[in-house]
Amino acid sequence: MKALLLGLSFPLLAAAAQAGQVQVAVAANFAGPIARIGAAFTAATGHELKVSSGATGKFYTQIVSGAPFEVLLAADDETPKRLVAEGHAVAGSAYTYAIGRLVLWSARPGFVDAQGAVLGSDQVRHVAIANPKVAPYGAAALEVIRARGLAEVLAPKLVTAESIAQAHQFAATGNAELGFVALSQVAVPGRPASGSYWLVPPRLYGEIRQDAVLLQAGVGNPAAAALLDFLKGDAAKALIRDAGYGP
Amino acid sequence: MPTAAEWSAVRLTAELAGLTTLLLLLVGTPLAWWLARTRSPAKPLWAALVAMPLVLPPTVIGFYLLLLMGPHGPVGQFTQWLGLGRLPFTFSGLVVASVIYSLPFVVQPLQQAFEAVPERALEAAATLRASPWDRFFSVALPLARPGFVTASVLGFAHTVGEFGVVLMIGGNIPDRTRVLSVALYDHVEATEFDQAHRLAAGMVVFAGVVLVSLYVANRPRREPERRP
Repeated sequence: MKALLLGLSFPLLAAAAQAGQVQVAVAANFAGPIARIGAAFTAATGHELKVSSGATGKFYTQIVSGAPFEVLLAADDETPKRLVAEGHAVAGSAYTYAIGRLVLWSARPGFVDAQGAVLGSDQVRHVAIANPKVAPYGAAALEVIRARGLAEVLAPKLVTAESIAQAHQFAATGNAELGFVALSQVAVPGRPASGSYWLVPPRLYGEIRQDAVLLQAGVGNPAAAALLDFLKGDAAKALIRDAGYGP
Repeated sequence: MPTAAEWSAVRLTAELAGLTTLLLLLVGTPLAWWLARTRSPAKPLWAALVAMPLVLPPTVIGFYLLLLMGPHGPVGQFTQWLGLGRLPFTFSGLVVASVIYSLPFVVQPLQQAFEAVPERALEAAATLRASPWDRFFSVALPLARPGFVTASVLGFAHTVGEFGVVLMIGGNIPDRTRVLSVALYDHVEATEFDQAHRLAAGMVVFAGVVLVSLYVANRPRREPERRP
């Protein structure tokens, strides 16, 4: 019996050694797309993704404290730069895998007009944004509000969520009539977009460059290198574009 | 020195925790008394329901409260029908959410204290023609006093420290729903560690002072020992 088990486990071990695993920390706004990209990645390379999604700032603190993540897909380009500068990530490995697009969204169909004029409407009692101190989408939302000259009008109406995911929940439950969220959260491929949204023109806010970087824990793991290569490929780029990110 | 914004968070937190504890004692006492005394077959069901807030992660509780109290939720439609508007992102919403979230921390110590009240003491009072109300207030309540101390302390401390639910229901609005725990989390997230350390220290001292005074005020009164 023992011999049989040993005989069975050897081929399994060999297969596991060839098809590696990569531990990826993914910004919350990219949690949906990474699931589809991961499936394509596994189909193409045999490697498997182990995904943790959350706030980029939180990942920074965890990585600096020795978290075993091998690749970081951040929501900004600051965090990867900082990790490289502090020696926690590999110099020269950072590159922009996606450019975030901001939308002003309401769960109510037909509520948001094509110019986003609804932002100044009296019908709006709460506008949800991600915490601008930590979330690039939140900072971008504030820029848009200022560009529209609505900073004072909207100040008492702003509800600040800890992440873009929570901002989406505030608006999805209808408690906030409007929310500044990522296009990728409201326009999921293969599903009709719910509610109504205004795709904010990128000139109203600073570009949201989302960078990927190889972390020290991933050095020497072929699966980690393969993932970064795969993200630069056409298949992944098409998936990222379909998910609502700019090239 | 704490800034004006920090004082405002302190005041909000004290108001929220105080009000929540008061409401919980009002709601929790009859509930705990019923749970301790009932022979109803539905008792385990109600006891389980009271313990439920311990099971779900706070942000998930917050999410479901948002759904319930939102414009499409039954509670939200009821409050709007009453003309009260909607609860999320208001101080009243925070109070309601905190009462639900801290419920087991108040009801369970009270229930245990009431269960420890000997049936014989109540029966003895009954033979002296004490009415049920009189029995409750003159016999059960004084005997359950330690339970009330524990319940108030846990209810208060748990409300001061709660975070997931208040962030979800409150929306982190300065002067209205930004309580200490949320303000502190904001600083930590933004790596403003100096402010974070100061607030954390302030919070520990604040809670410490309140809790110690509560314990002192509720010290069991013993006859002074006489030395020969």
